[in-house]
Amino acid sequence: MSVARLVDSVGPLAAAVGGDPLLSGEVDLTVVLIVLLKVLVIFVGILVGVILMVWFERKLISDMQNRIGPNRAGPFGLLQTVADGMKLIFKEDLIPEKSDRFVFALAPFLSLVPAFLTFAIVPLAGNFNDDLGGTVEILGHKTFMQLADPQVGILWFLVMSSIAIYGVMLAGWASGSKYPLLGSVRATAQMISYEAALGLSLATVLLLSGTLSTNGIVRAQSGWEWNIWMTGIVPFVIFVIAATAELNRPPFDLVEAEQELVGGFQTEYSSFRFAMFYLAEFLNTVTMSAIIVTLFFGGPAGPTFGLTNWVGVYVLPFVWFFAKMFVFLCMFVAFRATLPRFRYDQVMDLGWKVLIPLALAWFLVLAGVRVAADQGWNALAVIGAGCAGIMAGGGLLLLALKSSQAKRLAADSAAAERSALKQTGGVR
Amino acid sequence: MTATDISVLNSALERLNADESVLRLSETEAEARSGYQPTADDSEPERMIMNMGPQHPSTHGVLRLVLELEGETIRRSKPVIGYLHTGMEKTGENLTYLQGPTNVTRMDYVSPLFTELAFSMATEALLGIEVPERGQWIRMLMTEVNRISSHLLFLATNGMDLGAVGMMIYGWREREETLRFLEAVTGLRMNHNYIRPGGVAADLPGGWEDELTALIDVIPGRLEEFDLLMTGQPIWRGRLQGVGVITAEEAISLGTTGPILRSTGFAWDLRREQPYLYYDQMDFDVIVGTFGDCYDRYAIRLQEIRESIRIIRQIMERMPEGDYKVQDKKVTPPPRARIDESMEALIHHFKIYTEGYKVPEGEVYVAVESPRGELGCYMVSDGEGKPYRMHIREPSFVNLQTLPHLMKDSFLADTVAIISSVDPIMGGVDR
Repeated sequence: MSVARLVDSVGPLAAAVGGDPLLSGEVDLTVVLIVLLKVLVIFVGILVGVILMVWFERKLISDMQNRIGPNRAGPFGLLQTVADGMKLIFKEDLIPEKSDRFVFALAPFLSLVPAFLTFAIVPLAGNFNDDLGGTVEILGHKTFMQLADPQVGILWFLVMSSIAIYGVMLAGWASGSKYPLLGSVRATAQMISYEAALGLSLATVLLLSGTLSTNGIVRAQSGWEWNIWMTGIVPFVIFVIAATAELNRPPFDLVEAEQELVGGFQTEYSSFRFAMFYLAEFLNTVTMSAIIVTLFFGGPAGPTFGLTNWVGVYVLPFVWFFAKMFVFLCMFVAFRATLPRFRYDQVMDLGWKVLIPLALAWFLVLAGVRVAADQGWNALAVIGAGCAGIMAGGGLLLLALKSSQAKRLAADSAAAERSALKQTGGVR
Repeated sequence: MTATDISVLNSALERLNADESVLRLSETEAEARSGYQPTADDSEPERMIMNMGPQHPSTHGVLRLVLELEGETIRRSKPVIGYLHTGMEKTGENLTYLQGPTNVTRMDYVSPLFTELAFSMATEALLGIEVPERGQWIRMLMTEVNRISSHLLFLATNGMDLGAVGMMIYGWREREETLRFLEAVTGLRMNHNYIRPGGVAADLPGGWEDELTALIDVIPGRLEEFDLLMTGQPIWRGRLQGVGVITAEEAISLGTTGPILRSTGFAWDLRREQPYLYYDQMDFDVIVGTFGDCYDRYAIRLQEIRESIRIIRQIMERMPEGDYKVQDKKVTPPPRARIDESMEALIHHFKIYTEGYKVPEGEVYVAVESPRGELGCYMVSDGEGKPYRMHIREPSFVNLQTLPHLMKDSFLADTVAIISSVDPIMGGVDR
């Protein structure tokens, strides 16, 4: 549906805010208040959530590494993040002489704001089990338990994560220093490459749900028809890997690889500007976990034991949502605690030679299966043909790789000599 | 042709020179190169000079590298050392032979007992004294424990340098346990001053067998965990295999020893080639690699811990009773209790602690196999109570000159893997 037709059919406001029944009727003061309330709750909630996430990550890693972790500020060290934040705020705000001052100051915002905005489209609660479709009633108005449900839905998430790349890229670029520059070059290449894999694995979800709206995606998964098995797990795995790379978290943290680039793009940042990057990183982790839950695990869906009162509508769905999200938060922490870091070229290899072709092939086969179901063809034959096609494609890709490698070795005689030396055990 | 033929070595050196991995410049040549700028020519890709260290998270102390980068690829590099230089060799000339070990133990602070051993053995060779059997066995035992702790430190830092931060803590945890044993015996976790000319400072404490058995029983299991965490890990292998490759003749012509030389497949271990102490009676394997890359160097060190444990078990079986230091009153200070009873003892005590014992004129070179390679002590005595010249051949220092060669045409991310696999201890490099 083109944008113009969309606007024609549902009106400009609904096109922007989507299927939320709250805004389909007349907009009066209560509606505005409800929206403001939602904004406040989500903003405060996510801020507190991030503070707890930082604490939780440090604590969990400490447990994995035989350490105690933060335990001084507040009970169990819960206020450690607050204390760190306070310290950072009171530090001197250094702007390097050679930096581009405006861009240098702008970059942290480009990183932090999209991280907040992405969370607006995540359905946090609401009962999806019966025909309610995730609506709840607040002050006599039916509404979704999410800040906004735009028609473009999940594209909003892709757009925001693309803008966040600018934050990282410009931060390194504007610092006027060599380590941040290398970090930002890595960031740009890595995040753009993995955006492609992310989008392609996401496409399978959209294919099944038939909608971009996050509420619609969650609704399509109700009744245990979660996308993780409906799409056949592979897109989920690709999405998680690509999401980790997108987040710049280990093992894909080459952007800020401490051991190589000191601090990567944020080397020159200090004080509150640094705190903003730090906050954005953890915010993105939380948001990405929420997005994974929404896309593949049915969002807040889960058994509500027939309850339709506030427990069944608000509490239980949110508990399910949070429990699912928590699993992924733990997963990201475990990655960080155990895995060594990839090298730049290996990250690129993985992205372009494995994840993107695989995601594309999976998408095509899934589309084939859907068409087969519509047309009444034999599903097995379609899958067989699809797999044969994928193997042929993969073979071609491999062949191309080998030939280009051989060509490169022929062109670079020194490298060829070295690889020959390796085979003879060092003696000529 | 073998890797040690002079013609092969010469051609290796020529190749290293052509690569500019080894630079030998006259002063005029150096003058001509001063103010060097990387190419600004449009025909070639632009190069950037980047400074890494001496304050950098993964340069293992205060190593500084000047890198010439083309994108992320390192075209040339130059290690700059000396930030930790404190003139310890010169200091050694002003200390008596009894004070010597306190000085040399601070050089390579990760494997201090080896430097003490080399120093003591050199002094004993000049004195012409024979250390009692038990003393020798204790020396062997302690240095092997020290080898384990040193290799554990390598595993920890190697893991951390490659981003496996958990590994750092695990390696440190195990090292802490070995240090606890060293502390129980020597009284200190580092800088022990335990091995002294004439023997060792103190006998093994009561119950040392139980403590040591507990230690060497727990470590193999932990090594299995390391295998699980790293050795078979695809990312780990991808990061190390084929990175920082060196051939045997290049390693030899650069004077490299230890795991770096053995990683090329050249089995050179002084414990086997020039046995000292009682290593000729020990049953152990010299671990060698095949490809001379970072992965081989990692695997060799991991495996050497297992070999050290094997040696320790044999030593524990055969530890004899007897004196732990030589009963030569001119060399060994008398026990504290004797000073109250004997005039002789008091005099000896006074003489040894003030002017030290005189060592006959001569010069000697003694080498031991430290965890990093051949650690030698060259000592010249002019017959006085202090060495005329004391030089320590530090394997860290010699191995460090392989860096420009290992790093050539590798990625920036590989530098940390390579520095880590060379395992330099800057205290030993700069002395």
